[in-house]
Amino acid sequence: MMKNRGIGLKLILLILTSVTLIFFLIFGYNYLFSRRIIIKNVEKNARNLAQATVNRIDMVLRSVEKVPKSLAYFLESSSYSGGDMIDLLHSVVENNPEIYGSTIAFEPYAYSRNSLCFAPYFYKCKGEIEFKYIPYEYFYWDWYQIPKELNRPAWTEPYYNVGAGNIIMSTYSVPFYKTVLGKRQLMGVVTADISLSWLQEIIASIKIGQTGYGFLVSKNGTFVTHHDEHLIMNETIFSAAEARADARLRELGREMIRGKSGFVPFSSLITGKKCWMVYTPLSSSGWSLGVLFPQDELMADITNLNRIVIFLSLAGFLFLLVVIVLISGSITRPLRALAEAAKDIATGNLDIELPTIKSRDEVGNLADSFNYMKSSLKEYIKELTETTAAKERIESELKIAHDIQMGILHKIFPPFPDRPEFDIYATLEPAKEVGGDLYDFFFMDDDHLCFTVGDVSGKGVPASLFMAITMTLIKTKATKGLSPDKVLSRVNEDLSMDNPSMMFVTVFFGILNIRTGELEYSNGGHNPPYIFHKNEDIEPLEMTNGMALGVVENFSYQSKKIVLQKGETIFLYTDGVTEAMNEKEELFSEERLKKDINALKDKPIQEVAAGITEKVKAFSQGVPQTDDITMMILRFYGRD
Amino acid sequence: MPRYKIILCLVLFLFISVEAVAGEKALKKVFFIPQWVPQAQFAGYYLAQQRGIYKKYGIDLTIIPGGPDSPPLDFLKSGKAGFGTLWLSTGIQMRAKGIKIINIAQVLQRSALMLVAKKSSGIKSPQDMNGKKVGLWGPIFQIQPKAFIKKYNLNVKIIRQSFSVNLFLRDGVDVASAMWYNEYHTILNSGFNPDELTTFFFHKHGLNFPEDGIYTMKDTFQRDPDLCKAFVKASIEGWQYAFAHPEETLSIVMKNLQKEHIPATWVHQKWMLDRMKDLILPEDPNIPMGKLFAEDYDRVAKGLKDNGLIKEIPNLTFFYRECISHDEK
Repeated sequence: MMKNRGIGLKLILLILTSVTLIFFLIFGYNYLFSRRIIIKNVEKNARNLAQATVNRIDMVLRSVEKVPKSLAYFLESSSYSGGDMIDLLHSVVENNPEIYGSTIAFEPYAYSRNSLCFAPYFYKCKGEIEFKYIPYEYFYWDWYQIPKELNRPAWTEPYYNVGAGNIIMSTYSVPFYKTVLGKRQLMGVVTADISLSWLQEIIASIKIGQTGYGFLVSKNGTFVTHHDEHLIMNETIFSAAEARADARLRELGREMIRGKSGFVPFSSLITGKKCWMVYTPLSSSGWSLGVLFPQDELMADITNLNRIVIFLSLAGFLFLLVVIVLISGSITRPLRALAEAAKDIATGNLDIELPTIKSRDEVGNLADSFNYMKSSLKEYIKELTETTAAKERIESELKIAHDIQMGILHKIFPPFPDRPEFDIYATLEPAKEVGGDLYDFFFMDDDHLCFTVGDVSGKGVPASLFMAITMTLIKTKATKGLSPDKVLSRVNEDLSMDNPSMMFVTVFFGILNIRTGELEYSNGGHNPPYIFHKNEDIEPLEMTNGMALGVVENFSYQSKKIVLQKGETIFLYTDGVTEAMNEKEELFSEERLKKDINALKDKPIQEVAAGITEKVKAFSQGVPQTDDITMMILRFYGRD
Repeated sequence: MPRYKIILCLVLFLFISVEAVAGEKALKKVFFIPQWVPQAQFAGYYLAQQRGIYKKYGIDLTIIPGGPDSPPLDFLKSGKAGFGTLWLSTGIQMRAKGIKIINIAQVLQRSALMLVAKKSSGIKSPQDMNGKKVGLWGPIFQIQPKAFIKKYNLNVKIIRQSFSVNLFLRDGVDVASAMWYNEYHTILNSGFNPDELTTFFFHKHGLNFPEDGIYTMKDTFQRDPDLCKAFVKASIEGWQYAFAHPEETLSIVMKNLQKEHIPATWVHQKWMLDRMKDLILPEDPNIPMGKLFAEDYDRVAKGLKDNGLIKEIPNLTFFYRECISHDEK
């Protein structure tokens, strides 16, 4: 997918994806970390607040506890009259503003053998202190029975006091004893009733944010104070849990009434909002205070911060998007223009105007290089055109030279149809370039036929010129009466005299008396020709030990004479035949030549030449010919 | 139309109108008093009243809320109420004392009274109660526990229990008396889990003393047995309706309690209604609701006699008058 998209899109996708990923990692970490810090702080503050509140309440409750305790202590340790006791009780209610009422309730018949119940009770009513004896059998009431059975002071469960104006109260009861015959015996219970409205006020004053609040549950889990008045004294935390089918709330309630403290996530019973709740017990009564901290409000700061961070990130994201679009545009626009230009250049339009790129970055460099490439290419093509033209000219000139060279040679066979004494045939298969092979034959006089085959060192125009010079020299120097060695010596002299390029030519030169068959020849460093005897093997002509012409100026060449019998044939060739090469770089070789000539020697001379040419071509199998292949065949018939 | 037909129509119309007026007039004004406040324990009566079931049976019913200050027996005796509910044991006791009351329906089939202990106090079987403090209510509530103590030959310290379970919750007693539909749920909703408690249901220990039944004075029954039958049938239909429509029932119960300014919670009333269903519906669905069985009567009466609460066992045939008609079977 990405492969086919532009650089711009790739950059946008990759960079923005990476940036988003990085952002979310940082944001997530930051959020979790700051959240943890806030929770930690909330917990610390919550615990402090709860503890402080609990301490405040405990202080009051503890101070209330002291009153019946000291009264019980007095009753146990002093001897008192009924009047003393009533006065004391009166002053307790009078002097302790927190205490709503107080009684000293005796066990059945403990105060007097005549009365089952005896419980003088002072209580406040409309600002006045009233007195009565508790009119019912109080022995099975919680405020009496619990301390009695537990043998220790106890706070009762909070209760509504209808007589006092439907206020919630709780009673602290302290049992007191008398030692009879060494045995501690319960005498009764001293109580102090307190209104819990102050406690409700303290807890109602706890305001955490908009919706945070505190509540108090009794030892049984009954709501003593709560934001929701329906819950107060009506529901326990367990019935609330049952109504909501909330097992966690029930477990939390159990923790609370067991006097545990903690800090837990919690859902508000009123709003259902997520909160944290701290709970801690009152050390005096065993009741438990819970304070709810609404999460969203405490998290408001971090939520706002997160909102701002997300907004800034989005803005940054957009900014980055624009920057990437601009940057990628600044890279891809010239690249696209260059690509378009390159397409045009590819079609051969080198004169196209390249887009101007001002930037000095890599793209600028690329554009410069591109421009340079374009002008170099243009220059090169110009030069190439010129060179090609020059080359073509040279080639055509070479071709002309070649044609001229070929024109020098005899082409029409038989050249002397009126001379039946001999037959001569020559062929020159030129290599691709202008070669340096030569052959020639002409009559010196009526009876003497000169014939020659030569091979100029090197190739090309110089060789062909040298060949032309050699041919001309041989023709001009071969005057009547001169022996072949003389002719070669003279030609050698002329060639050597002014030969700055140090070229040389191997030449075989022979003169045949067509009447007698007498053949005189001289060899200037050329391959020795073969002679075909009648009914015999072919053999090379004897060497005359001459060297190539054009090397040593005053070299004296030797001649040899043989007499050709009727029907005998001389086969002359250049090394283009024997040194023809095949693919394996093997040479055609003299052995092969000899063998092939043997097979062909009785054929007409043209067929011999054609046969050998064919053999050589078959041998080289398409390997390009590197040298001229020249053959000359002279067959002597004599005169009848 | 012939004239005689018109006359016939007129006569017929007149007859129907008179019938209707007579039907209206036929509603009998009746007062009923349950033992206690209008909690779910008495939901069936209140629902029958609310849904017009009593009217259907020709009764214009007024329910007098019961409570500590209004003992049903007094209302029955004085004629302030025609019908009331009493425990079977109370009923027998009163009858033995010579008060001419009769049971016309035994609504509860099983005893809801139970003993509850905390497992943490080491009580897992009746024998574990030896040497422990057991909280018991007043005399009428002590018959079954005392028979239980006797049955298992226990040596316990009996503590008089008030109507709160706080003494038990604070470990002032090891074993507490509780009504299954009331105090037991209060204990659960004071933070004790069922698996932390050991329960002793008396009906599971051969001490099934079925409780709430409907009572009336003998002369009321003799005067108008059809009214008694109608009242019982309407009451039982009320209970059936209440069990079939718990949500509606509970909202009516809650409304009645609020009217009486009695603190109440929905979950507690729901628990109570569910337990009443367990206690009222006979185990065998072929047995009609509200029947008093001789073996239950004998068991309770014998228990009372053994405890010295009655001297003679009243004759069941004079005590109980079955008012659930046979066509219901």
